[in-house]
Amino acid sequence: MKVDRVDPTPEHFRRLHPLTPLLRGWGFLALAIGIGGQDALRSGEMGRFGLTALAFAVVGMIAGLLSWWFTRYGFDGDALRIDSGMLNRRSRRVRLDRLQAVDINRPLAGRLLGVSELRLEVAGGGKAEAPLQYLAVDDAVRLRAELLARAAGIDADTPEAPERVVHEVPLDRLVWSTVLSGAFVAGVVFIVGLGVALLFFRDSEVTVGLLSSMLPGIIAIGAALWGQLGRNFAFVLAESPDGYRIRKGLLDTQHQTVPPGRVQGVAMRQPLLWRGKSWVRLDVDVAGYSGESSDDSQRTSTLLPVATYEEAAEVLRHVLPGSDPLSVPLTHAPRPARWLRPFGWKRLAYGVDDHVVVVREGVLYRNLTTVPHAKTQSVRIVQGPLQRRLGLASVHVDTTPGPVDAVIAHRLPAEARAIAEEQAERARLARKTDVPEQWMARYRQQSVPRPDGHADGDGPPAASSERDQE
Amino acid sequence: MDQDQLFAPPGEAWQQVSHKLVDLRRLVLLITVTLVAAVAGVVLGLIFGLAGVLPVVGAALIALVWGLWLIPRNWRAWGYAERLDDLLVTHGVMYRRLTVVPYGRMQFVDVASGPLERRYGLATVQLHTASPATDAKIPGLPAAEAARLRDRLSALGEAQAAGL
Repeated sequence: MKVDRVDPTPEHFRRLHPLTPLLRGWGFLALAIGIGGQDALRSGEMGRFGLTALAFAVVGMIAGLLSWWFTRYGFDGDALRIDSGMLNRRSRRVRLDRLQAVDINRPLAGRLLGVSELRLEVAGGGKAEAPLQYLAVDDAVRLRAELLARAAGIDADTPEAPERVVHEVPLDRLVWSTVLSGAFVAGVVFIVGLGVALLFFRDSEVTVGLLSSMLPGIIAIGAALWGQLGRNFAFVLAESPDGYRIRKGLLDTQHQTVPPGRVQGVAMRQPLLWRGKSWVRLDVDVAGYSGESSDDSQRTSTLLPVATYEEAAEVLRHVLPGSDPLSVPLTHAPRPARWLRPFGWKRLAYGVDDHVVVVREGVLYRNLTTVPHAKTQSVRIVQGPLQRRLGLASVHVDTTPGPVDAVIAHRLPAEARAIAEEQAERARLARKTDVPEQWMARYRQQSVPRPDGHADGDGPPAASSERDQE
Repeated sequence: MDQDQLFAPPGEAWQQVSHKLVDLRRLVLLITVTLVAAVAGVVLGLIFGLAGVLPVVGAALIALVWGLWLIPRNWRAWGYAERLDDLLVTHGVMYRRLTVVPYGRMQFVDVASGPLERRYGLATVQLHTASPATDAKIPGLPAAEAARLRDRLSALGEAQAAGL
């Protein structure tokens, strides 16, 4: 309670939605049924099971209520502050200038009850900084608008910016893209194969064995259906001054907002079976979006689940303003690379322009990775023993964790060294002109002369001018 | 360009890490090999008798000789250079690496020194960026040099800091 006395929660701070304890109490109830059920089975008394379950439910409800009562959030200066905990008070401040993305998620139960979860992604934290579970739908939307306005460096009461729909994924295309995915096809082939085998073996034991080994195939199909179709159902990509917005989901819905200049890299990918339709998908790296599991990262880093090449090219130009990654001239990998990539070496290529570095690779699963120079975290040259014998080296352009990795593989040593040095220099120059963290502030500041040519003018313009005044 | 120049220093020469790192690594190697060999020797000796112990001794000797030969080579491969805008770190014998980290991309600097390292007056400095792949670790720095590097890096990092 010490924090309370020193730094009490301001009066105007708000609580989460009153239904929160109910929605978050699921875990407790499941535990009660698990433990109580075991106990009941062992003793054979169903009455005791009911009592245990009830006791757990009551305890869970009380704990949930207390936690709800002591959790409050609000704006404290330029940061979002969340106070929680009854005995161990915790006060967390989320700096909004580092805001990378704001998501509003609505799980199925939440949709039925009219509440949603608001997630903030802030650079630095490994996982989502502070999921506010749960808020009334209107509150969540209002809070998101305020968060984005404050992070943009404009008045907090600015209403939500208007948006323009860039792309909607038609349902039939989404269904077909699922059917043509590797996992789905493999699952179907597997099941059909086992089905054919069933026709030949009439033995009952073999039949049971065959039927049960169909399970992995069914799981693969289910996962493909869920991952592509269920999650990306009714996918809408829109753009607004706040960056791009994504809405999607069949049962659980997700609304993502990624402000301008937060895209750390984009990959255009094409599975083998999509080639006939010339469909591609786009994945992005956004700092903080990677999550702990690859499932999490898959869920949040889809920019377009399926689109034609032309549509994807259009979107690519939107999220990486000032450059056209698809028309960057590419340099092929040298001949010795064929020993290390017997099939892919002819497609292996990279290119740079003023804004981005582009890497193309993959024969069956085609891949075009784009990383803006300004988002380069570090540059590495790596040379393994085989590469040394062949006179090759790879250059890695490191970005924040996520599905997009730019590796300029297998170049000649002189070239590799030059790429690395030049990339470091390009990144240095690009950082100076990158979108500032407070992305709307640049419009306000345009009348103020910028401290260009300053020795350490690398920071965002807003920060440098502050420093000059000191 | 010749193969060696791929990892050539940007200026005159790489700044090398302390030679005490070789002594430290040798000591660690000796302790590890002795411990592992002792455990394996006792277990195999109890099962197979003397015939079980001899291969263990042989393997331990080979590991020891190989390690003692490898450690100085590995030490020689370490190098770093502070340039105006970035830090260069190189290391590795089998897999050779060169990392360029712009100061402006630095999130934080770690200085670590374990009990053995402290006995030799050494410390490890590691630079972290927003990418976990960044491989900018410099082991075996004398404590004073580590402190100097840390201060310089954090000062430069702050001066050149850029948003993500």
